[in-house]
This record gives sequence, structure tokens and C-alpha cells, in this order.
Amino acid sequence: MSDLANGARGDLKLSHITKSYGDFNAVNDLSLTIPEGSFFALLGPSGCGKTTTLRMIAGLEEPTQGSISLGSTDITHTKPYQRPINTVFQNYALFPHLTIFENIAFGLRRRGIKDVDDAVNKALNLVELPHLAQRKPTQLSGGQQQRIALARAIVNRPALLLLDEPLGALDLKLRRQMQIELKWIQKEVGITFVHVTHDQEEAMTMADTIAVMNEGEIEQMGSPADLYDNPGTAFVANFLGQSNLIKGTVSGNDGANQIIDLFGQKISLQKNRSHAVDNSIYAGIRPEKFRISRLETATSGNVLTGGKVEDVSYIGVSTQYQVLMPWGQELMVFEQNDDGVAPFSVGEPVNISWEPIFTFGLRGDEDVEAGTEVSPDEDLDEE
Amino acid sequence: MRTVSRWFQRNLIRIYAVVAFTYLFIPVAYTFAFSFNDSRKSNLVWQGFTFANWQNPCGAPEVCSALGNSIKIGFLATLFSTILGTMIAFALGRYNFKGRSTTNLLIFLPMATPEIVLGASLLSLFLVFKINPGFWPTVIAHVLFCISFVVVTVKARIASLDPRLEQAAMDLYANERETFRRVTLPLVAPGIAAAALLAFSLSFDDFIITNFNSGTMTTFPKFVYTSAARGIPAQANVIGSSMFFLALAIVIIGQFVGRKRKVS
Repeated sequence: MSDLANGARGDLKLSHITKSYGDFNAVNDLSLTIPEGSFFALLGPSGCGKTTTLRMIAGLEEPTQGSISLGSTDITHTKPYQRPINTVFQNYALFPHLTIFENIAFGLRRRGIKDVDDAVNKALNLVELPHLAQRKPTQLSGGQQQRIALARAIVNRPALLLLDEPLGALDLKLRRQMQIELKWIQKEVGITFVHVTHDQEEAMTMADTIAVMNEGEIEQMGSPADLYDNPGTAFVANFLGQSNLIKGTVSGNDGANQIIDLFGQKISLQKNRSHAVDNSIYAGIRPEKFRISRLETATSGNVLTGGKVEDVSYIGVSTQYQVLMPWGQELMVFEQNDDGVAPFSVGEPVNISWEPIFTFGLRGDEDVEAGTEVSPDEDLDEE
Repeated sequence: MRTVSRWFQRNLIRIYAVVAFTYLFIPVAYTFAFSFNDSRKSNLVWQGFTFANWQNPCGAPEVCSALGNSIKIGFLATLFSTILGTMIAFALGRYNFKGRSTTNLLIFLPMATPEIVLGASLLSLFLVFKINPGFWPTVIAHVLFCISFVVVTVKARIASLDPRLEQAAMDLYANERETFRRVTLPLVAPGIAAAALLAFSLSFDDFIITNFNSGTMTTFPKFVYTSAARGIPAQANVIGSSMFFLALAIVIIGQFVGRKRKVS
């Protein structure tokens, strides 16, 4: 590991990075620290600036403003080949004129290492494809090319490995398998992984920390569980999974809780889970946290009454309901099919309840549609 | 009757292929056959079979010196036009500079200009600069019209090159020069080779521009043209056939190597 092109190690630090193309800021005053050894994901819709950020870390783009440092070394204006950083490109970018062996040995040879056999074979074994060494990239399947691209980067033992939508071209089954494998390989080699993706499931499966990006800025950063359970903005609440956001006002206090008035019905919300800045608030509840019940059934916790089942979709493991509330909003409820209760039918009057600790609060001036898919087709694809 | 028409329908594409290839190859076959003609003066009438022409291809006066000139000119024109054209192709394909679209257009002009005009105006240009027609003016003229074809061929190859491959090389510790040498050049090389072959064949059989600018020097096409008046010697057929088989061999080897590379 002492043979690096550049000996820099440590945390990657982006300070006030801006990248402009004319009047347009692809990345806007972004500051971020990625701890050494972590699996970090930049998650966001296309055009949010995540790939531009990755390319600036790789050295393929230069920031308009701000600085990038690795450990104590400033690398803002160094060339890509001067950085101890390697990239797994989208669509892999394997050299078509070289064998798999030479593809993997490429980085080692450029750094003047003569005896590459050991390192290359180790990398091939790590991705479990040692028998393909003498093939050309075009003779490999997509999944195999993906692994070779990974081996070609990892063999250099970089301080940082960048993955640009690495699983985007694979089919669903292979993608799931590679997610688990990538996570395992990251633990095995201990290199910092920075992973760029628009797929929230992929980010949540693999990353220790996720930064959700939107319009060139970081919307929220945290562990997958933090982001999912306590999103800070409507964009995060909608982009990571689905959320019910109900307009309300803060009407009082009860110890560690706030009392929220939702169209005349009172619920409680833990104060430390509220991101509202004044009395105007959106109460957020994830669809699977809701319980749906018939009027005569006793309920506890937060309760909203007066619902009516509008739509029922039975999808095996769960049943998804659309429940129309008295104030005209339809709420999504995902009910696990594990309680032997017959599914509710369309038109049935129901109550909805949930544990108060699952409520999160968003600012009342938020755009509740932020981060939801634009077209209904895409919505179907996501699920 | 019905079976005949059905057979005809089913084999129509094969029949068409046979007819088309026959049409294309009759002149070549004719040239090849008459290279074995035991001709004295004129090679128009079949006089009898002989290997004499193949055993002594330089037998006719001037034929081999003309061929030598053509090969020399072709080699030099190919060399210079390939180097210059490749450089232009990279500039046009990879960089945005002022006058890029104008350059693109100007590069096309020699291809679109009638050869007779190009040849005549080049001659008058050489004469204005007091350069006598001959070997080097011919080379310069050939480089001129070959460059356009090289640029077009190489540029197409560069355009199809994924820029991420070069970025990947830079990412893997190759500096600009190494990236060019290890990744860009090997990937563009088939395009450059194709351009060079094209340039050579264009230069080798050019007659009109050469005729204006070569003065007393004879090239192979000029030799064939001038001897046509008094009868083309069978040695010309020998050389023509040889060129054909050489080109055929190159293509077959190219195909074979390409297929082998894909299979292994």
C-alpha cells in the first residue's frame, strides 16, 4: 500500500464546492465529509448533481469554487492520474483491445509495477472470475464485466473507490446479488466506497451513510434508518420510500410531545422528530406504520377517524389500501397479511391508528409533491 | 409450372447475387485470362496460352519503371496524407475551436471538386511558383486529395470511440501521453489502417491529376493509357491481376484475423 501514486489517505472532505455550467449550478456550495473506510452513497434523481460531484472527486471535472482534500492533502486541482482514487464507471469502460488480465493490470503497470501477476490474480479471485483472465471484455456478460471493472479499480488499493451507478445496467436479480457482494467486498478490502445512485433501495442496502441530493445541494445526510424514519424534508420523505403527509397546526405541548391538530383531530408528535419552524406543520407517517381497523375495534396511540376504504390492492405479503379521509385526502396504508383478519372491502368505514413515535413533522411551507415521481409510469416501476 | 415458379421465388435472391457478381467480375476475369495470352503486338485477340508474361512481368518496355513510380508515389502520398489526415481528424473530432465547421467544410472540397479541375489548377499553381511537373509535384497533389478521405475515415472511428475509455485510463494512473499511446491510438488504429489502404489505392490508380502534374514521368495508369493507342502489353494484365489478388489476400487475411480474435 506504500506504492500509491499519491500517498494521501484519510477522510475525504469537500468544502463549499460549486460547479457551474454558464448560469446553471450543477452543484451548489456543497460541503461534505466522508469518513475513511465507510460505504457512502450519494442518492438523488437524475440531474441532481451527484454524478458531477463524483467526477470532481475523481478529477474528471474541476470545481468552479471550493476545495477537495483527502486527509491533509488538497487535491482540488490535481489530475485524475495523480489521485489515489479509482472509479467503476457506468457501463464499466473496460478497454476492448486488452485482455481481462491486462485490463486489471493497467493501473499497476502505469505506476511502474513490474510484477503484477499476484495482485491481478488476487483481484480476479476476489470477484470470483479467475478463469476469464485471457478473454476480451466483449466476450463477457454484463454482470461479469461489472465485476472486472470492480477488480480493475480495487487492484490498485486506492484510498477511495468511486462507483457511478455501477448496477444500473444489470437485471433485478443480478443487481440484488451484486449489492450484497459489493457490501461484502467493501468490508473485505476496507477501502472507502463512494457510491452514486438514483435507486433508493440500492443505497439503503449498501451504504452506512447516505447523502440525499436535490438540485445541486445536500437535502439530508444520515444512516439509512435515520433518513427513512425521520426525514427532514418532504423531498427525502417522498424520495426514500413513500410517505403520507397531512397538513396541520401545532396546538399545544405535552411534555416531550407536541399536540398536532389535523383537521380537528388531535395527534401527538415527539418534539425531537419535528422539523417545523412555526405552528404550521405537516405530520408525516409511513404507510406501513398505519394500522387500519373497523369502527368497533378498540384503537390506541394516534387515531384518525372517519376514513373510508377507496381502493384495495392485495399483493401477497401485504395489502395496500387507499383510505379517503373526511378532509378529502387519500392516505396510503400498507397492512401486513399476518393477522388472519379478512381484508377490508371498498366503501367500508374504517379508523386509522399508529404509534406516536412513528410520526415525523415537516415544515408547513413544504411542497408535499417534492421527490415524488413525476409520471405514474415511473411510480409503477419503482415498486 | 407452379413448382418452377416457386423454386424461382425461393431462389430469387441467389440468382440476383450470381448475376450481380458475374457483372462485377467479368472484367477482372477477362484481364486475368488475357495475362496468359501469347500476344506479340496487341493483346486483343487470343493467340494461345503461355506463362511467359508471368515469368517476365517487366518484359514490356517501361512497364516496371512506371509501376515503381506508382508504388513510390503511392507510398509517400499514403504516409504523408495518413499522418496529416489523422492529426486533422483528431483536431476536428476532439476539440472545439474557432473555424472548426469551416475546416470541416473545406476538408470536403477536394472530394467534391472534379479531378480535371483540381489537376489543371494544381499544374498552373506549380508553374506560377516555377516548379516543374514531375515526381514531387505529383506526390504533393496526391497527398492533397488523399487527406480528405483519410480525415473522413479516421474521424468516423474517433466519433465512435467512447470518451469514458480515455477517462478510465486517466483514472488508472495513465497521463495524457500514455492514455493516447495505450488506449486512444490502439482503438483508432483500425480506422487509420483503413484510411491508409484507401489513400494508397486512390493514389495508385489516379490518372487525371497525375497526368497534369507528372510531366515526363510515367506512372502505371499513365503507362496503360498511353500504350492503349498501340496495344496494351500482356504484362500490364499481369500487374493488374497481381494487384487484384494482393488486395484480395489482404482482405481475406483481415477477415480471418478479425474472426479469430472474436472467437478466441
